[in-house]
Amino acid sequence: MDKFTTHTGVGVPLKRSNVDTDQIIPAVYLKRVTRTGFEDGLFAAWRNDPDFVLNNPVYAGGSVLVAGPDFGTGSSREHAVWALQNYGFQAVISSRFADIFRGNSGKAGLLAAQVDEKVVQRLWDWLEDNPGGEITVDLESRTVRAGVGEGAVEDSFDIDDYTRWRLLEGLDDIGITLSHDADITSFEAGRPSWKPVTA
Amino acid sequence: MGKTLSEKVWDEHVVRSAPGEPDLLFIDLHLLHEVTSPQAFDGLRLANRSVRRPDLTLATEDHNVPTLDWDKPIADPVSRTQVETLRKNCADFGVRLHPLGDVEQGIVHVVGPQLGLTQPGMTIVCGDSHTSTHGAFGAIAFGIGTSEVEHVLATQTLTQARPKTMAVTVNGSLPDGVTAKDLVLTLITHTGTGGGQGYIVEYRGQAIEELSMEGRMTVCNMSIEWGAKAGLIAPDQTTFDYIEGKPEAPRGADWDAAVAHWKTLRTDDDAVFDKEIELDASTMTPFVTWGTNPGQGAPLGATVPSPDDFDEPNDKVATEKALQYMGLEAGTPLREVKVDTVFVGSCTNGRIEDLRLAASILEGRTVAADTRLLVVPGSVRVRLQAEAEGLDKVFIASGAEWRGAGCSMCLGMNPDQLAPGERSASTSNRNFEGRQGKGGRTHLVSVPVAAATAVRGTLSSPADLPALAG
Repeated sequence: MDKFTTHTGVGVPLKRSNVDTDQIIPAVYLKRVTRTGFEDGLFAAWRNDPDFVLNNPVYAGGSVLVAGPDFGTGSSREHAVWALQNYGFQAVISSRFADIFRGNSGKAGLLAAQVDEKVVQRLWDWLEDNPGGEITVDLESRTVRAGVGEGAVEDSFDIDDYTRWRLLEGLDDIGITLSHDADITSFEAGRPSWKPVTA
Repeated sequence: MGKTLSEKVWDEHVVRSAPGEPDLLFIDLHLLHEVTSPQAFDGLRLANRSVRRPDLTLATEDHNVPTLDWDKPIADPVSRTQVETLRKNCADFGVRLHPLGDVEQGIVHVVGPQLGLTQPGMTIVCGDSHTSTHGAFGAIAFGIGTSEVEHVLATQTLTQARPKTMAVTVNGSLPDGVTAKDLVLTLITHTGTGGGQGYIVEYRGQAIEELSMEGRMTVCNMSIEWGAKAGLIAPDQTTFDYIEGKPEAPRGADWDAAVAHWKTLRTDDDAVFDKEIELDASTMTPFVTWGTNPGQGAPLGATVPSPDDFDEPNDKVATEKALQYMGLEAGTPLREVKVDTVFVGSCTNGRIEDLRLAASILEGRTVAADTRLLVVPGSVRVRLQAEAEGLDKVFIASGAEWRGAGCSMCLGMNPDQLAPGERSASTSNRNFEGRQGKGGRTHLVSVPVAAATAVRGTLSSPADLPALAG
């Protein structure tokens, strides 16, 4: 996984709450057996609407999504994270993420930055005044920034320490766990014999 | 201080714990299906890794499988490739697979319990958010993404931060005709879709204890719909009776040892939850959704709400968008909402008890002329049991379509989809925009409401049906 330290890119306002993973990528797009090529399915239904934010040329090349609360609810499909990444998003800012989506983001290298609901509103307001403007998400200092001078937005975001460390270092989770192989083997030796097996 | 049930199960599975790091948890059972596993197996190949514990891993085909012509090759080439990829991966890595055509094939969350593989006190994961279903047995069970699927395949563990604990106590008894589905839909509207976020929830109280295992699975299944990490119910005699004699259940001395341990899996009297919610089952009624997330629901006897009924700006906007998408007008009685398709099935309500209940309402009645009723058993075993009891004949006589096992119209990855603008009453778990087909409009309902709606053609409960002659 690539290291994530800081990213600056065009902010895209998605003024909706409860953006579930079926909206991020509908089930019919989940049939690929690769991790790439899911950008076609990203917000597939909404993109049929010419007024949808991603159809506005101002936001072409957008890479920081600013969404309403409860982003990524529903299905566990990591394809939702891949679709956002395949499209070009590096970070999503929201006031609340669904657990599985946040976990998947951390594993796949998409930054899920949780901020206060007021910060989302301020970023939306700022993007309305500065369409196509860039937002910075700085993982080292855990801050989001947009603009300079009057009307600029700067605030902190939440991310758990362990995920932050892994993203900053670009670490492979499985590699870390396999370094504790002896602990796993020792745990296995102590499991009760009546626990079910499939083989 | 004592421990809650979920803390006991969690602590029994901690392989490694270190300050400032998530726990490393051992996983007792890893379930796989064709949609969320191919990239995980690819990751193993790239890193030259193997499956650490194929003996704790089980795969089935469910999301893509057709429910008609299931004995023929899958017509959609992309779906077929995904299913064939699972077959190759299971063969290459030595994982037990129940493929289409096998008597144990079915929805992964129906198959685990019916094989007796789902047992109290276990940790169970699957690349599927409705893994929470297995919590009905007193297991910690939750959905994971594909990166985590690969992690479990390689290590049989997961790194997980310890969630907070919540108790949902449901006092009193459910009135006649009100089901576990109504209970959980009522709860989700009460809490909102994010209300459980960060918590493992224990469902308890008289109404929960009185539920069958099928009912408990329906409640735990929808834990994810209000954002909970997992939902579980303390195992009791109902649980033990359900498991005993199942193909993979412990036997003899193993059974006794297992039950002795399972009986310790209860929240201690002096344990403290981080949060508690109480509900009264006796006031609950048939409950349906009107919107585009499972928290947008109302009693069947109510009317479609107006955005003005909500105080929060986000709720107002969400209601306005939902009504527009659903083609509903505020103030319309829900009982007058006309339905095109009724779907009975899914990991929420596709078990034998659900089909018996649907058949008991449909017997001697006919599906409305311009309504379609699809009955999809959750597994081949459920289908065969239903056919042995003659339920299939009741469905067919009523005008319903009797299908093969799979996820089917719950998410429409196979040909079972709604057309744009088509309206369904569905016993499944999600009413998201386009969930059952692009432009489709979904109302989540219980099994009795589904059956009665099929007969009347508008959202209805069995109480709305004329009594049968004789």
